[in-house]
Amino acid sequence: MELTEFIIKTLTILVVFVLTLVIAMYSTWGERKVAGFIQDRMGPNRAGPGGLLQPLADAGKMFFKEDFIPALASKWLFIAGPSLAMLTALLASAVIPFGSTFRYNGVEVVLQGVESNIGILYVFGVVALGVYGIMIGGWASNNKFSLLGAIRAASQNISYEVAMGLSLIAILMMSSSLSLGEIVSQQHGGNWNIFYQPLGFIIFLTCSFAECNRVPFDLPECETELVGGYHTEYGSMKLGFYLFAEYINMFVSSAIISTLYFGGYNYPGMDWVYNQLTAAMGTTTGHNIATLIGTGVFFGKALFFIFFYMWVRWTLPRFRYDQLMNLGWKKLIPLAIINIIITGASVLFLKPYISSLLN
Amino acid sequence: MQLTNRSKQVSNKEMTLMERAYLPAIATGMAITLKHFFKKKVTIEYPEVKRYLGPVFRGRHILKRDAEGRERCTACGLCAVACPAEAISMIAAEREKGEEGLYREEKYAAVYEVNMLRCIFCGLCEEACPKQAVYLRHDEFIPVFDDRNQVIWGKDLLVEDMNNRYTREAWTKEEARLLDLKRANGESTNVVPRAIP
Repeated sequence: MELTEFIIKTLTILVVFVLTLVIAMYSTWGERKVAGFIQDRMGPNRAGPGGLLQPLADAGKMFFKEDFIPALASKWLFIAGPSLAMLTALLASAVIPFGSTFRYNGVEVVLQGVESNIGILYVFGVVALGVYGIMIGGWASNNKFSLLGAIRAASQNISYEVAMGLSLIAILMMSSSLSLGEIVSQQHGGNWNIFYQPLGFIIFLTCSFAECNRVPFDLPECETELVGGYHTEYGSMKLGFYLFAEYINMFVSSAIISTLYFGGYNYPGMDWVYNQLTAAMGTTTGHNIATLIGTGVFFGKALFFIFFYMWVRWTLPRFRYDQLMNLGWKKLIPLAIINIIITGASVLFLKPYISSLLN
Repeated sequence: MQLTNRSKQVSNKEMTLMERAYLPAIATGMAITLKHFFKKKVTIEYPEVKRYLGPVFRGRHILKRDAEGRERCTACGLCAVACPAEAISMIAAEREKGEEGLYREEKYAAVYEVNMLRCIFCGLCEEACPKQAVYLRHDEFIPVFDDRNQVIWGKDLLVEDMNNRYTREAWTKEEARLLDLKRANGESTNVVPRAIP
């Protein structure tokens, strides 16, 4: 039993790992397609049908470029930077629940890499580590522009993590659990958190843009001021890893947003679908197919948010650094605190009142 | 003075709360980009789709024959003299008895070569020619070279094929489309050389 559980867990983690990589890979293709379409162009369409082999071509190009390390760079840290960025980006997807359970031979397999009762704290911890990759890489390059980019990345991530954490606290007060699986199952059907936490959602979304270093908060790689920002000195696959880590972070934060605010694998009318399927195909097959549909819905939501990231990127101009700090400290943090107070008051007074009215 | 009706008066007034919230403005911008997302793309995918470049486009060279299939060129060398890039060279020869069906005049070009790497497609050869023999086609490009012996084009590539004569009937896009249809249906089209008085 121990061994089968181990094998099942290994397999789920492998599947999650591969899925994350594939989605991040095709996000690079999607980014360029979306950019093209928004600018009335076609986007990449030469490599394979619809340009679908473009990520492979890019990866091939990256691998065959010269793996250059500047003479005055701190060599060990220069390599550690992108490795760390990649590592932390890949760690976070382990606790995301991709679906409910899968039944096989009477064993229930949860579609989640690791079931952790502090899942969301784990995600936050890992995401906060992500900035080390950028910091180390930027410092190790021994270049003023890289260092400035790295400092910007660090201060921006720290500033926005505060507002992000505060907006999250409102969710935690509602669900009174830190487990992502628990938070998702509380949003059963169409009972999504977005309807209770619209303000929290906007704050969380804004902060996740800043955490991923995406436009309009991509000041660490602001090419108008800092050449290339923290990856000025990088080339070859080390640069590729930095860019790839950004796309993985995008997928992870899209998945987290759909988990926290859009019900994860829940969708309206899921009970009806479940009953129909189990009635038609038995409790095992029906259950599994219902789970698959839920997983599909989850990925649909996550992919929509990836698209949203790109959509915003090709719409908004970059913030100025003082605007970024003003928005973070003077607007988002107070708003998040107000949101906590309102949520707390509602949980304490409004919820018992409404439930007493209903009963 | 007002030049366009799109100019906006700039004002320094305090922003309203709605404007300071920034989100409505973002939503407007995102609506605009989404509209463009679904718009028809303006790209013409070049090697697969070629756009009609007009009747005066100067593409690859052609040495015309007359209505009886005789070469019009008399190797006078005016095109070579006119050529600013010195791309044209030729060797003249005298017409023998029995070759009257091949060459229109008593003198003809035994060798006529255009160096396609030198040619700048200015069309001065076309204008210099007193016999309406050399033209730059409006409907074909020089293909991409991948070998140096493809660069110099001789008479084998330049002289007109009587089964597939070059005409410049289509002077507008619509006419060009009609002509393409006609050719696709296998109908014959008239030869109307351009510069005949």
